[in-house]
Amino acid sequence: MSTQEIPEENLPVEQGTAHGAVKVADDPFADPGLPPHKPRIQDIDERAAKRSERAVAFMFVLSMLATVAFIAAYVIFPVDKIVYIWPFGHVSALNFSLGWTLGLALFFIGAGAVHWARTLMSDVEMADERHPIQASPEVKAQVMADFAAGAEESALGRRKLIRNTMFGALALVPLSGIVLLRDMGPLPEDKLRKTLWARGKQLINMNTHEPLRPEDVAVGSLTFAMPEGLSEHDHGFQTEIAKAALMIVRIQPDDIKDKRELEWSHEGIVAFSKICTHVGCPISLYEQQTHHVLCPCHQSTFDLSDGARVIFGPAGHALPQLRIGVNDKGFLEALGDFEEPVGPAFWERG
Amino acid sequence: MKKLSARRRHPLAAVVVLLLALAATGGLYAAFAPAGTAKADETAQSLAIEEGKKLYTVGCASCHGTGGQGTTDGPSLVGVGSAAVDFQVGTGRMPAQQPGAQVPRKKVIYSQAEIDQLAAYVASLGAGPITPKAGQYSPDGADIAKGGDLFRNNCAQCHNFTGEGGALTHGKYAPNLANVSPKHLYEAMQTGPQNMPSFPDTTMPEKEKKDIIAYVQAVNSDRTETPGGFKLGALGPVSEGLFAWVFGLGALIACAVWVAAHTAKAKKS
Amino acid sequence: MSTATETKNKKAPAGERVADWADGRLGIYTLAKANMRKIFPDHWSFMLGEIALYSFIVIILTGVYLTLFFHPSMNEVEYHGSYVPLQGQLMSEAFNSTMHISFDVRGGLLIRQIHHWGALIFLAAMFVHMMRVFFTGAFRKPREINWLFGFLLFFLGMFTGFTGYSLPDDLLSGTGVRFMQGAILSVPIIGTYISMFLFGGEFPGGDFVARFYSAHILLLPGIMLGLVVAHLILVVVHKHTHYQGPGRTNNNVVGMPLMPVYMAKAGGFFFLVFGVIAIVAAVATINPIWAIGPYRPDYVGTGAQPDWYMGFAEGLIRVMPGWEINLWGHTLVLGVFIPLLLFPLVLGAIAVYPFIESWITGDKREHHIAQRPRNAPTRTAFGVAWITAYGIMLVGGGNDIFATHFNLSINSITWFVRIFFFAGPVIAFIITKRICLGLQRRDHDKVLHGRESGIIKRLPHGEFVEVHEPLSAGDRYKLTAHEQYEPAELPPAVDENGVERKISRTEKLRVKLNKSYYGDGSQIAKPTAEEYKEITEGHGHH
Repeated sequence: MSTQEIPEENLPVEQGTAHGAVKVADDPFADPGLPPHKPRIQDIDERAAKRSERAVAFMFVLSMLATVAFIAAYVIFPVDKIVYIWPFGHVSALNFSLGWTLGLALFFIGAGAVHWARTLMSDVEMADERHPIQASPEVKAQVMADFAAGAEESALGRRKLIRNTMFGALALVPLSGIVLLRDMGPLPEDKLRKTLWARGKQLINMNTHEPLRPEDVAVGSLTFAMPEGLSEHDHGFQTEIAKAALMIVRIQPDDIKDKRELEWSHEGIVAFSKICTHVGCPISLYEQQTHHVLCPCHQSTFDLSDGARVIFGPAGHALPQLRIGVNDKGFLEALGDFEEPVGPAFWERG
Repeated sequence: MKKLSARRRHPLAAVVVLLLALAATGGLYAAFAPAGTAKADETAQSLAIEEGKKLYTVGCASCHGTGGQGTTDGPSLVGVGSAAVDFQVGTGRMPAQQPGAQVPRKKVIYSQAEIDQLAAYVASLGAGPITPKAGQYSPDGADIAKGGDLFRNNCAQCHNFTGEGGALTHGKYAPNLANVSPKHLYEAMQTGPQNMPSFPDTTMPEKEKKDIIAYVQAVNSDRTETPGGFKLGALGPVSEGLFAWVFGLGALIACAVWVAAHTAKAKKS
Repeated sequence: MSTATETKNKKAPAGERVADWADGRLGIYTLAKANMRKIFPDHWSFMLGEIALYSFIVIILTGVYLTLFFHPSMNEVEYHGSYVPLQGQLMSEAFNSTMHISFDVRGGLLIRQIHHWGALIFLAAMFVHMMRVFFTGAFRKPREINWLFGFLLFFLGMFTGFTGYSLPDDLLSGTGVRFMQGAILSVPIIGTYISMFLFGGEFPGGDFVARFYSAHILLLPGIMLGLVVAHLILVVVHKHTHYQGPGRTNNNVVGMPLMPVYMAKAGGFFFLVFGVIAIVAAVATINPIWAIGPYRPDYVGTGAQPDWYMGFAEGLIRVMPGWEINLWGHTLVLGVFIPLLLFPLVLGAIAVYPFIESWITGDKREHHIAQRPRNAPTRTAFGVAWITAYGIMLVGGGNDIFATHFNLSINSITWFVRIFFFAGPVIAFIITKRICLGLQRRDHDKVLHGRESGIIKRLPHGEFVEVHEPLSAGDRYKLTAHEQYEPAELPPAVDENGVERKISRTEKLRVKLNKSYYGDGSQIAKPTAEEYKEITEGHGHH
């Protein structure tokens, strides 16, 4: 195969149906046709074939053994048994053994079948002819004629009234299905504009579930708060906290650059919505030295010392701030709801 | 151009290309690697203040000033408390080695006795959080599940779901919490080292800190149970995706190559 | 006739009698006549689609098992299962039942992990299968529709995966659903309405798990199953493509017969795929929801990523600048809406490519030879450029992990991605095209001068030369059999009657693009027989 001196000698006289090129008898690039089949060791040596047979059978037996082992593991290992296996760690004995035995039982069926096909089944390459996908002109003509006959017999073209009303009916009938979808949810109305916060609601520390006092909040600390009256066991808790979650930090009043932020704070204690204005992740990666807060989802970065304006990332506007003060019992309280919608922006937000 | 083409086949060409590629990669890395100035904070406490002062003068004064008043290279240590010193020096972060976005954890170079002396000195500069006692931070008997809930609210946003750590802005990062001692976890929450906010007892009582410590130890230590098998760094879908492509699809393509390959022929003719 | 049947009935083995029975009702003999010895070509790259098919079956099988235990409900319950660090925590029933599957059903964790690993591998296999078809031009006539079916399968697979990822209602997937809801809100005019309708009110509400569940287990896989069947039928109808080689032409298909070789190989391959996925699920954790915790819309963990196939969308949304326009009391949230539009557009670019290419070439013939990527340099360069854009966005989607693990700044990575989303594909396009042309030149030289044998000979006068071995006729054919298009030309501006010809703008564009595909510098002419003879006869053989 490797050292032919004169190329012409190797060219079959009769060329295959190579596409493209010119077909002359001495074309050096003509298709020599399928190479002759060469036998495998298994084809000429019965002992080799026997070895292959045994290998295939061996794999099928291994598969059977693995299935037996699977059932044994299922029975033997309790579901909560943890074992240390290097390098995987402290893993579930059951998961590990079931996975391996099932995997091997399956794998050896496949490996056996493939080895069988590769070594013992004929590997003579064969050619199938292709036929054009496109129909012949005669077939096409027949179909067109049939179609014309059918169309003519239906009289759809002539009786326009039938045609138009039928299309009308077919066009209208899916509307019922669309109408039925109406009750999938309520209309937006002003739901996205309101949260549970209202004037006089105390800020509840989410760690202790106690109302916060200004002196509890140290400079450089980070605390999360929810409105008074909300409980984790409430039915609508998830939906309410998704809007009302609050992030409280204390900044030296001199470091606050935004005038309104300072006015809405209490002695440097500022309360911002914890919900990112980008797509609503809870944003709370607070860097106490820079006063930056980063969103872990899409890296929007807000400067809490400057009205929480966006300084990096895909968010389009600042985090809403909650106006806070201190009530007569000495606890932090909201002085109203957020003045703008919290969370991601939307068309009606304005 | 033609000369260049001719030399492409030179045996050393591959080496030259490799060197150029390495240089370019290094250059790019240098360009993108975060740079910044070191910031640190520190503190101390009672008796061996004198000893502490000596240690301080040698190891700390160059950045934090002779009286702990701070310089352009390091913040003031007045009022940071002994807990901050115990954390910063006890985890090897201080003394800082080189400027960077953040001072990393490294080998501790002081003995615990020396750290205590340093802490005593810095604490004498102004009142601050005091180094906790074992009873304060020991996770024994703590509520792990409550700790998990607190962790997800207060810590996971920076440190990842089980404390594997995560990225902050401009090359800063929240470190991995694996194998951090309970005392240092406690001190970090108490003092808020570097850019980490603090979680003082007024907003997060001692018991809750214990719960968090117990949770971190349960889910991110050498003993953590990972029933499903190798935890792939507990980094979530990025490492899972990489594993699925490299090992899952990789193994299957290897199988496909075997299935489709021609079986060895008897003899080369 | 009747006697013949009788004797046959007596002697025919049971199997044959069953087949006869079925043939009388289903016509199986006619079907088998056409298909039993159907030829499939052997090549590893033709089995990538099989990996996808088999992992899809694995996912369906394991998915059915999971439905036996999963409760698609968002009712709040307290956890009292066997995993200690979540004892007494509030969670949805969906999360609780997933915990039950993972810790209290024997083998449940394994099946869950097979299901999830299988999904990642399914999408990855579809992706590489699609790229194989793309780079070999196997999408050309008559296979354009099958290409679209395949693309739709990939696209639907992404959403089936996403809805499945959301079902356990854990903190990671909930964050992903929140992102989806935020993206929906950015849609002008109808965004808030779609969001309210999809979630049964405000986010997260109590409905989405049940709704995603019906989409995940019924609607989407149902459509996909139909598409898979159609895809396979078309594969049979068209017959598989094969690579250029001696004896392999556009009018035949060379390979092994379905019965028995491919029954064993393809059937066996199913077990190999299932086995490998099961072993992966035995050794590696995926989506450990117990470590992630139940969803709370006010909690989050850093490192919040979607599964890999949505990573590209995640990248788009992460690196987009925060543009927002407020006009006349309305907000246009471009910072979110543009990525939302780009997501189908970028994917769609690869989906419509076959139609663009066939328009540019104007070729209406059937093509059954899978091309070598180097012989279609512009297409190959386009594909690599597309993958580059896709890959850059994957980096963007994992920028936080890249930042922590390579000690980089997340801000720098974001800027890198912003720039290289545009620059990367251009660079990749230019480099790839050059590489393809270089490889074509090498093929050209190989045909004319033979392959470098590595044997150095010293000539009598002291010169050293490397001995080149001439190629076999088969190899010569393989390297020269590909078709080369002549670049298109615009017809002369004035026709033979002296009347000015009207040439449409689209035709001008088409010819221009065609020239960039096949003109000078876009392909290397194949060696001619004359060139070959001149060299072989002139120089002897080195």
